[in-house]
Amino acid sequence: MTTPHETHPPSSAQHLDLYRQMVTIRRFEEEAARAYSQGKIGGFLHLYIGQEPVAVGAVAALAPDDYLLTTYRDHGMALARGMSPRAAMAELFGKVTGCSKGLGGSMHFFDVEHNMLGGYGIIGGHIPVAAGTAFASKYRGDGRVSIVFFGDGSVSIGDFHEAMSLAALWKLPIVFVCENNEYSMGTPLSRTMSVEDVSQKALGYGMARDRFVVDHVFQVRDRIAEAVARARHESEPTLVEVRTYRFRGHSMSDPGKYRTPEELEEHKQRDALLRSRSELVGAGLGADVEKVDAEVEVVIADAVRFAEESPEPGPELLEETTYKGAFAR
Amino acid sequence: MTVLRYREAVKAAMVEEMERDSRVFLIGEEVGHYQGAYKVSEGMLERFGERRVIDTPITESGFSGVSIGAAMVGLRPIVEFMTFNFSAVAFDQILNNAAKLRQMSGGQLTVPIVFRAPNGSAKQVGSQHSHAMEHFYAHIPGLKVLAPATPADAKGLLKTAIRDDNPVLFMESETLYNIKGEVSDDPELLVPMGLASVVREGKDVTIVAWSRLVHAALDAAKVLAAEGIEAEVIDVRSLRPLDEETIIKSVQKTHRAVVTGEGWPYGGVGAEIADRIQRLAFDDLDAPVLRAMTLDFPMPYNAKLEQHVIPGAARILEKVRAVTYQR
Repeated sequence: MTTPHETHPPSSAQHLDLYRQMVTIRRFEEEAARAYSQGKIGGFLHLYIGQEPVAVGAVAALAPDDYLLTTYRDHGMALARGMSPRAAMAELFGKVTGCSKGLGGSMHFFDVEHNMLGGYGIIGGHIPVAAGTAFASKYRGDGRVSIVFFGDGSVSIGDFHEAMSLAALWKLPIVFVCENNEYSMGTPLSRTMSVEDVSQKALGYGMARDRFVVDHVFQVRDRIAEAVARARHESEPTLVEVRTYRFRGHSMSDPGKYRTPEELEEHKQRDALLRSRSELVGAGLGADVEKVDAEVEVVIADAVRFAEESPEPGPELLEETTYKGAFAR
Repeated sequence: MTVLRYREAVKAAMVEEMERDSRVFLIGEEVGHYQGAYKVSEGMLERFGERRVIDTPITESGFSGVSIGAAMVGLRPIVEFMTFNFSAVAFDQILNNAAKLRQMSGGQLTVPIVFRAPNGSAKQVGSQHSHAMEHFYAHIPGLKVLAPATPADAKGLLKTAIRDDNPVLFMESETLYNIKGEVSDDPELLVPMGLASVVREGKDVTIVAWSRLVHAALDAAKVLAAEGIEAEVIDVRSLRPLDEETIIKSVQKTHRAVVTGEGWPYGGVGAEIADRIQRLAFDDLDAPVLRAMTLDFPMPYNAKLEQHVIPGAARILEKVRAVTYQR
C-alpha cells in the first residue's frame, strides 16, 4: 500500500514554505500543550503533532476558494488554511480576539475568510455538512471543491456512510480524507473495523478511492491533488485513506498507554516533517531552514503573548451569535 | 383572496419563494416524482425541475446535513421530512449543526434553512409515527419553531420562515392538510413570527393552543358559550419565539388559563407557557394554570385508545371546567 512519492519538488522555495507551515503547526501545538498544562486553556485539547504533513500537503493541493471542514483535531488544518496563529491561540485561551470570538474553543475553529468552515466535535456529523457545501458548489456551478477530513473512528458511524452515499449518487465535487492514525481514541483499528482497508468503503458506493502511508508532504499534496482534480473537472467524489500517526495522546488527558514506546518511536523515526528538514538541509538550504525555525519561534511566542493579553468576550455577544436578527423569546 | 386547502397554502408559499429566490430549493423523500408523500409538493418538480426539487434516498441525517452545509455557504434549503417523526434520525444534525453553527463560529456563519413536515398524531399510525416533535426542538436556542393552524398562517409563516436567516422548524399536521381557508394572493404578505393571534374573544377563561388543538379549542369554546362561559382562544402560531405579551394580556382579563397542544405532559411547550403565565400574571390568576395535553403513554394503535390518549375538545372542556370551578 505504500507508494513513495515519485515527483520531487521543482522548487525548493515551495518545499521551504511547506516546511514553515509544518513547523508552525508543531510549535503551535507544543506551546498549546504547555499553556494547557499551565491551566490557561480549558476543556479538551486534541493535538495534531505527527499529522502535520497531511494538513499542509492537502491544503497545498487546494484553491483558496475551496471549502474545508474537519474534526475537533482542527488546529493544524486551520493554520494550514491560513488562519493566523494569533487568532488560533486566542481561541484556545477563550479570548474575544480568537477565530470564533472565544465561543468555540479548541474543537471549533472557524475562519470563513479562508474557507476553513470548521472543526466539529461530533464524530462523523460534519461529513454530510461537507457534502452540503459541495452540493452548493454544484448547484451554483461555482467550480469549488469541498474537502473533508475525519479519523478512522468516523468510518463506523452512519453519517459517514450517508454522506458517501449521497456524494456518489449526486456526483458531488468533494474529497473525503480519512486521516487514519490507527487509533479511534484508545482503541486500535483491529478492534473497531472488520476490514482494515478503509478505502474499500468507497467500492460499495461506486466511488474512486486512494490509499497511502504518509512519507512526504509533497506526496500528500500530489495524491490529494489527483482527487481534487477529479472533483473539480469531473464532479466525482473520492475517498482517500491517508495512513498517519499522532505522536501524542487522543487529547491532553490521554497518556496513550494503549501503545508501546517502541511503536511510538518507530513512527517518530518516520516523521515526514523531519524528513523535509533533512532534505532541505541536504540541498544546501540549512541557513534558510534555521531562519524559518527562528521566525516561527517569534510568531508562536507572539501568538501566545497576544492570546494572554487579549480581552475575554462579554455576555453581550451571546444574543447576537445565537440568532441572526431580532429575536423575541 | 383565494380559498385554499392547508396543503395548497404550504405549496403556494414554497412556489412563490422559489420563484422569487433562486437560492431556495426543496429536498426530501418523495418530494419530486412521487409528488410528495402527502401531495404537498404536487406539480413542483414539473415547475422547477430536478435541480431544485430534489428526491433523496432514505437518509434523514444525511440530507439534513447536506442541506445545513448548503445553507451555511449561502443557499436556502427547504427540507421536507416525510413526517417529523423521522427527524429524530437527524436530531444530531439539527441540534449540533443547524442550531449551533452560528454561535460556535463566533457569528461568522448562519444557517438559513427550513425543516418542514406534518407533526403530531394522524389516525391510528401507532407509537412511532405519532410524535409531537415541537417540544424537543423548542428547547434548543438557535432554532425557531412554528406550528400554524390555518391555511392563511401556513402560507404567511412559511414565507417568513424561508426568508429568515436562522434555522426554522415548520410543523404542519396531517389532520389539517384538507382544511380550507381564505389565503392572500399577495406574494409579499408575510405573517411575522413571534406573534400570537386571538382567534376568539372572551372574558371568562383563556385557552392557549397551537396547530390542531386550535380547532379543538374553538369547538370547546362553542360548547362553553352555550353554558354561559365565554372563552378567549389564542393561537400562538409561533412556539419559539413565543408571544408572551398577547397571552399575558388575555390572562389579565380572564384570570384563568388552559394550555393545550399535542405532546406528553412532562415538560414541553405547554409547561413553558404555564410557567410564563404563573410568573408574569401571578397576581391575576384565580386558579392554577392547567394543561390539556396527550396522556403520558406511547401512542396506542387501537382507535378508541388513541382518542383516549390524544387531547381534544373533551379534555379542554374538562380542564376549563376545573379552572372555572364548574365541577
